[in-house]
Amino acid sequence: MADFSLPGFTELIRRAARPGKTEVLAALAAERLDLEGLAALLSPAAEEFLPQMASRSRRITGQRFGRVIQIYAPLYLSNYCANRCLYCGFSAENRIRRRCLTLEEVDAEAQALIDRGIRHLLLVSGEAPQVLGVDYLAQVARRLAGRFDSLSIEVQPLGDDDYLRLFAAGITSVAVYQETYDPELYRRLHLAGPKMDYAYRLATPGRAAAAGMREVGIGALLGLNDWRAEGLALGAHLAWLRRRFWRTGLTVSFPRIRPASGGFKALTPVSEQNLAQLIFALRLFDHDVGLLLSTREEPRFRNGMLGLGPTRYSAGSCTAPGGYAEEGLGDEQFAVDDHRSVAEVCAAIHEQGLDPVRKDWDRCLQAG
Amino acid sequence: MLTIAGKTFSSRLFTGTGKFSSPQVMREALERSGSEMVTVALRRVDLADPADDIMRVLDRERFFFLPNTAGARNHKEAVRLARLARASGGGDWVKLEVTPDPRTLLPDPVDTLLATEELVKEGFVVLPYINADPILALRLQEAGAAAVMPLAAPIGTNRGLVTRYQIEIIIQQATVPVVVDAGLGAPSHAAQAMEMGADAVLVNTAIAVAGDPVAMADAFRQAVIAGRLAFKAGLGRVSDQAAASSPSSGLEFIR
Amino acid sequence: MKIIVNGEDRQAPPGITVAAYVATLGFDPETVVVELDGQILGRFEYDERRLAEGAELELIRFVGGG
Repeated sequence: MADFSLPGFTELIRRAARPGKTEVLAALAAERLDLEGLAALLSPAAEEFLPQMASRSRRITGQRFGRVIQIYAPLYLSNYCANRCLYCGFSAENRIRRRCLTLEEVDAEAQALIDRGIRHLLLVSGEAPQVLGVDYLAQVARRLAGRFDSLSIEVQPLGDDDYLRLFAAGITSVAVYQETYDPELYRRLHLAGPKMDYAYRLATPGRAAAAGMREVGIGALLGLNDWRAEGLALGAHLAWLRRRFWRTGLTVSFPRIRPASGGFKALTPVSEQNLAQLIFALRLFDHDVGLLLSTREEPRFRNGMLGLGPTRYSAGSCTAPGGYAEEGLGDEQFAVDDHRSVAEVCAAIHEQGLDPVRKDWDRCLQAG
Repeated sequence: MLTIAGKTFSSRLFTGTGKFSSPQVMREALERSGSEMVTVALRRVDLADPADDIMRVLDRERFFFLPNTAGARNHKEAVRLARLARASGGGDWVKLEVTPDPRTLLPDPVDTLLATEELVKEGFVVLPYINADPILALRLQEAGAAAVMPLAAPIGTNRGLVTRYQIEIIIQQATVPVVVDAGLGAPSHAAQAMEMGADAVLVNTAIAVAGDPVAMADAFRQAVIAGRLAFKAGLGRVSDQAAASSPSSGLEFIR
Repeated sequence: MKIIVNGEDRQAPPGITVAAYVATLGFDPETVVVELDGQILGRFEYDERRLAEGAELELIRFVGGG
């Protein structure tokens, strides 16, 4: 099978702008959607059907996932970064306090999260292979694997062998967000560092899946570009991954640009209305995909979206390395907008008649 | 056009050559069906009747012969039959059937996978006949099968798409053509399979044992064309149902 | 000499080629696959291979099937 490739981004923009009411109604009536149907639900013409989309999304999500929400928290390992990305607080030229946690510090952070009831951990870092390489990640994974039920990473793109090694060390899922599926804009946003390589990054979810990861996450940073076209690209990427790597679970994240060091403002602001439409459309397109809604969003929005499509919420997040066990030693990647504790988020989930689930897989049951 | 292993077919109806009342009826029915691919079995010759030869009845220019391994009860027998088919000038294609249970003739998934692996290694173009098991279909695809042939219902039962939901999953997931085989008892069943997005169907009993096999072959020909057209047209995509139901919004939280 | 053809005992002249024997049965060798003592023969071998006492011959061809 060929590598993943997309039509030109202007073509994607055109396809997501073009559908009319007829196409939207047809897509809402269809049992299964192709990319054309997804485009219809992402289009401006679908905006007036948001309640219908929400209602279908709720039904599908309930049927497929049950009345549960998975809970996770990020653990920031390091904010060193060799990349210069215009939108990111960790960008190399930003004058922030940098640190990379020692293994002992990682332990302390992990313990702080365990104490708050977190069993699913997402390890996050900037891209600085000299400071934080595969050896370090493998060491961290081996130390934490027994103490968490699942370990995910959101770090720099790695090679095939690296993913095999990390899987053996206890990492079970990998998230790599393309940020934008528009190669031209990507070039303008990534001024220096290994992240400049669009194609290598685009192929990374496939590499992680091929290495046997149980789950692979993709995403686009919302606010950089036409979100409808990004949504269409996400759908195409999902469909390609599904076909090729049927053993791998898939998730999508919807990070909206938040205030961060460097003062980057969204180029094309994405409203909550837009975000909801994107989430519902992707749910109708792919009934089985895990959808993440992070603490970048406000409690009001996160509470309202419970049960409507997202299946996984982060809780009690801190985006600065070392921020759980102590305060103020390294600077954060972005400001979170939901400051509630894990317990408070879980209580809100219960209030909606849903069950917050801290884990869904025991790594000890895994062969090899 | 349907393409399997680089070969294209303009008809999506494959036909079997068994159970016909006479070679003449078979020939006429198959010609009327529009089919371009027919399955044949391999058997010991009847020493008492040297003239009983299907090769003399069917024009091999017109019909692509797909030898099957009918009768094989395990992977070893299936591989042997496939090799015999190749030696007989049948080309590299084989419809792999491994059916240890003579009562139901349901295929053995384990030995089908084993035989597929072996035959792919030997350069065969393998089209395995399987129960409608989506994971098995994926495993066979990975093993190099050129298509998968899930059954609609046990062979010869004419029950139609008993395995409908499983076949839907297979079609959604497959990266190789899906040919629905066995159990399609009426043209409407074949049309349904095509409407679901099957790439082709294989019909034998329903044509061979019909009151008028030639007319029935024509009916299946038209049903397959109609089903394919409906699939391409986007079945179920046009409806005003969604507009009629107006759910209470519940989205007031969005700013 | 005695040989076995498709499981039946048959008589054949000693040293006869496969092609000649198949023809004596009334079959066109072109339409029949031959397995001799468990080994599939290529078409080109029919004229070369000779049958020996007790040889086991399987003659196979396409028949109707689904």
